[in-house]
Parts: sequence; structure tokens; C-alpha cells
Amino acid sequence: MILEVNDLCVDYVSPQGTARAVDTVNFSLDAGEFLSIVGESGCGKSTLLFSIAQLLSPPAELVGGSVIFKGENLVTLDKNSLRAVRWRDLSVVMQSAMNALNPVLTIRAQFVDVMHAHGQKDDEESDKRFAEVLRLVGIDAVHLRSYAHQLSGGMRQRVMIAMALLLSPDLIIMDEPTSALDVVAQRSLMVQIKELQEKLGFAVIFVTHDISLVSNFSDKLIVMYAGSVVEDGPTREIFEHPSHPYTQGLLSAFPSIRGPKVRLKGIPGSPPSLTQLPAGCPFHPRCAYAMESCSTVRPPVTPVGDVKVRCLLFENAEVHVGSD
Amino acid sequence: MDQIETESASEPILSIRNLSHHFPIGRKIRRAQLHAVDDINLDLYQGEIVALVGESGSGKSTLARLLARVYRPTSGEILFEGRNIARIRSRRDLLSYRSKIPLIFQDPFSSLNPVHSVGHGLLRTLKLHRPELSREERRDTAIATLESVGLSPASEVLNCYPYELSGGQRQRIGFAQAISCNPRLILADEPVSMLDVSVRIGLLNLMTDLRNSGISMLYITHDIASARYVADRLVVMYAGNIVETGPTESVLGNPTHPYTRLLLSAVPDPMVAIKATAGDIGDPPRVIDPGEGCRFRWRCPLAMEICSVVTPPLLPVSEGHAAACHVTVRSVSENL
Repeated sequence: MILEVNDLCVDYVSPQGTARAVDTVNFSLDAGEFLSIVGESGCGKSTLLFSIAQLLSPPAELVGGSVIFKGENLVTLDKNSLRAVRWRDLSVVMQSAMNALNPVLTIRAQFVDVMHAHGQKDDEESDKRFAEVLRLVGIDAVHLRSYAHQLSGGMRQRVMIAMALLLSPDLIIMDEPTSALDVVAQRSLMVQIKELQEKLGFAVIFVTHDISLVSNFSDKLIVMYAGSVVEDGPTREIFEHPSHPYTQGLLSAFPSIRGPKVRLKGIPGSPPSLTQLPAGCPFHPRCAYAMESCSTVRPPVTPVGDVKVRCLLFENAEVHVGSD
Repeated sequence: MDQIETESASEPILSIRNLSHHFPIGRKIRRAQLHAVDDINLDLYQGEIVALVGESGSGKSTLARLLARVYRPTSGEILFEGRNIARIRSRRDLLSYRSKIPLIFQDPFSSLNPVHSVGHGLLRTLKLHRPELSREERRDTAIATLESVGLSPASEVLNCYPYELSGGQRQRIGFAQAISCNPRLILADEPVSMLDVSVRIGLLNLMTDLRNSGISMLYITHDIASARYVADRLVVMYAGNIVETGPTESVLGNPTHPYTRLLLSAVPDPMVAIKATAGDIGDPPRVIDPGEGCRFRWRCPLAMEICSVVTPPLLPVSEGHAAACHVTVRSVSENL
């Protein structure tokens, strides 16, 4: 096991009240595994990523739980030790490569920055390494001399991934790396990430709002709603037998380009504000299966086969055990 | 006109004829033209949703802005009820045109003024475009419009400020403003791409309901699955050109242009495994002084010599369905 997240809680503190963006999240990740985190905007998925990488800044505050990465609790680690871990063992690919790359430095200068930060010299060896990681993502080494504005959106995103690979980390965290790309570029980037992952053996945490994007790539899937994990399990199983009503709704909210044309319903209502969460299950006002107890009882995590679900429908157990 | 439109004998609401829009770039020494929209022919009829699909930079938003008369065309014309909109001079005529062909924006978070209530914007729209209404009638119309886009209780929504509403609700306000003036055709530029997936379907359903009540729509999107969900006709753009057009099911069932095929194969489908194919990684198309030839040829697996010499015209594939490709429509073109 390379990463273990236990009872992680993150609050945003504001004069209007405290919003819990990440609410007692638990999961673990093995070396070389591909984990996807899916949810709508404001469900806390990016906050969860930031808290794993210890990149939270006020008003966000980590109020409880631990992040055990390769045996060390990142939450209690001091600044300097964290600095050493980041990028060497764990790197992050941010959402918009336009803003993540420095516009006034060449790509090479930014690669050199990474090397310097980890006490490595800038010599011929490193130039070889730069060319090698760029080749891995399908970019010609001449672009080491390019500036960000000279590259297309897809290429910038690839450069970000190349930079994340520089020190051969064990875990790469990706926050919606494809959201700024069109479908064709999106597919080729996904295929490339998957190939690199299989070749180099790093683990991936991939955050996206598009559940159909990750179905073919990830081993494990986490579905988040209003700060909590509502469903967690093997990707294929969740796609074939979605248990939580929210997951079912998400999966049926995508029109398909194949098969018969049917009128879809989507999910009624809109996601709640984190400062005014409904009591009980946060999804109950939008849920078609809501029962009386849903508005008072916060559902516990219930195992359904290999999948863990936070829904009262499954509380009374084995009857529902779904797959096969 | 080699544009083929067979489905309606009635007059089109908007006719686009050989429309081009070029942006000048560079200074005196290296002057060039960016061909954002090039030689487009398209007719839009009563009661249909036409989806304009293409990747970013393909010119679809430029086309919408030309139709809304935000930009003036470099050449070609746009005919509204038989009249060239470039000739509209008086403010009154322009207002009346914009109330008949309103534009809905992509980002509901920045297109509503945060310091004014929903009612302010909606009532002002009505005052400007329908001066014949009295104060009470304006209020009644505003409430009826809000109800019709699924915002209730409408009298409360009228007093809300944008920050009190979710993204989906804000985008419904955009639709309410557009339909409050009895439009004929709504230009919707990526109206759902900024919204959460769980509320997108609701808006797409609203669009089909509006279509069923007789309002046409030009739905601009890069999401071909949602285009299929709402649209009657599909227009695929690449690098400023229309590369394929036709009834939605015909284009999706028999995609003829290699770009359409690439686009369709790239749509994520949870039930089908994804493969990367050649042409995935390609340079963005050259739209700066592109010259003659097919603009997809650098990425096209089927490109031949002729593709770099002659720009392929739109030629019929089947009824109402046309594509611009030398290779795949070749057999048909030789017969003509």
C-alpha cells in the first residue's frame, strides 16, 4: 500500500459559517493503481487532492485525519521534509496548464527549477533526462527552448505531465488534466497517461467530473457528493451495477451517440451549498428513493459486495448484494 | 447554390450565403489573415435545432457572433427574412433583429450582472424590445417566462440576485431573457458546457421543449453526444469550413468526412474500450492564410495529392446529407 487516507476532514472557514468540503474520507491506494475521483463542481474533489498533497491554504483547514504516504504521515510532516517528498515521490498535474506553466520562462528553465529544488545539478545528464521525459509524452526535445505560449493546449498539458515524471515519482495526482481539451486531444492524452502508467508503474489519482471518461482507464472509482464519498469500489463493478442513487443518476445523465435515442431525466434540483447542507443524507432532497429516515440519519458506509456505499437503502444488508 | 436543403419548402429564417470572416493579424511587415470562417452556406428553418459541432478554434463561435451582428462579415451575406442584416442601419431595426435572433452565452457566471436582480435584467429586456407593454404586462410576461423555463416560484426568482442561484438556474435565466421577446431563432453558444453534468440534461430538455413550441435554435457545442440528443440537423465545422452537414441520424449513422469519423470515435463511451488512432496527435489546423486545399489534410489518414491542391466542395452523400472530402465522396463527385 502506497497511500492511505484515514478520516480526512477539511473545513473552509468563513464569516458565514464553516463549510466541510471533505467529510471523513477514507481510502487506500496500492502501488501502480489508477484511482479516479468523480463528482460535480463543489463536491470537494479538488480540495481532497490538495489535502493529500498538503497544498491547502486558508481559508481551507485540515481539521482531522491522516494521510499516510509510504509510511509517513504527510499531515504532521514539517515543511522541509514535505518539500523533499513533493515531486520526488509525489507530483501534481494541475487543471489548467495555461496557468500552471510560467509564461516568461522556457520549458527547459522550468525543468531545471525542479532539478535544483531537489539538489540535482544541471548538466548533460539532466538534458538527456529532459529529452527523455518529453519523448515519453510525444513531444520533440526542440520544445525545451519553447515558451508556453508557443505550444497548443494539449502540448502544454503533456509538458506538465512530463514535468511530473522528471524525478520518477511513485504517485502522480492529476486534477482534471483534460478539461480544457477537445474530445480528440482528450482521448489521446488519456491513452498516453494509461500507457505511461503501465510502462513506468506509478500510481495515479485522477480527478474528473466526466464519469464516462475514466471507465476504461481506472482500477478504482470514488464518487463524491457534497464532501463525502458516496460510493467507492472497483470501476467496472460500479459502472455495471451502480448502487448509490446519485451514481445511478450520474451514469444516466450522459446522452449516448449510439443506441436508441431516449429522453433522459438527469438528476432534479442542483447540488447543495456546503454551508447549508441538508440534514441526514446530503443527497436526499434530490433522491428518487428517499425515505423518511434519510432526512434525519446520516448514512453509514455499508459494504455491498466489493463496493462501499453510503446509503440507507443498503443498510439492511445482504438482500441487495448486487453483482453477478 | 450547391447547398442542399430539401427538408422544408418554407422560407428559411436565416440564410447564410458564402459567409467569410477573416481577422487581420500581424503588423505591416508580416501581415496575414486568420480565416476564422470561410465560405459558409447554411439555411436555418422554423422549428428545428441545428447543432454546430467542432473543436475549439474551428470558427463556430465566430459564426454565432456574425449572426448576432457582433462582427461584420469580411464577405458574403446573412439574410434574415430576405433582408441582408449588414444593411440594418437604424437602432430600432437592429433592436428588433436582436430580439428575433437573441444570443445565449456560454458562461452563466459572468453573463449576468451581479449587482442587479434577475427581475431588473428581464424587465429591462422587455422594456427595450417590447415598448408596447405596460408596467404590469411586463411583470406578468416576466413571470410567465420564468415559469416556462422551469423557474418557480417565479415571483420570488424575480427578486433574486445571481449569486443566490445555481449555474443551471442562471442559464435558465439566459433562456428566459431570450424567449421573453418572442424570438424566431436562438443562438446558443455552448449553453451547457459550464454546467454540472447532473443539471445539463434539464437544460437540453428545455431546449427541445422550446423547439417543440416553434422556436428554432442554433446549438453550438463541442459535445457531439448532446448534439445528437437535441438536434435535428448536424453541421460539423473544421478550421472555418463546413466539412459535413445533414440530418443528425444520417450524419452519425454514416459519417463521411474523416474528421467527423475521428470526432465520433473520440467520444468517451463507458461500454466501449478506447483506442488511439493515427490523426489523434496533430498540429492544429493552419487557418492563417491557409490557401487552397483541404484543411484537414495534415491529420487525415486518407489524404491524397489532390487534397493539397483543390479545396473539396460540399457534395451530396444522401438526401440532405453532404460532405466535403475528395476521397470519401469521390464516387459521387465523379458522377456529377
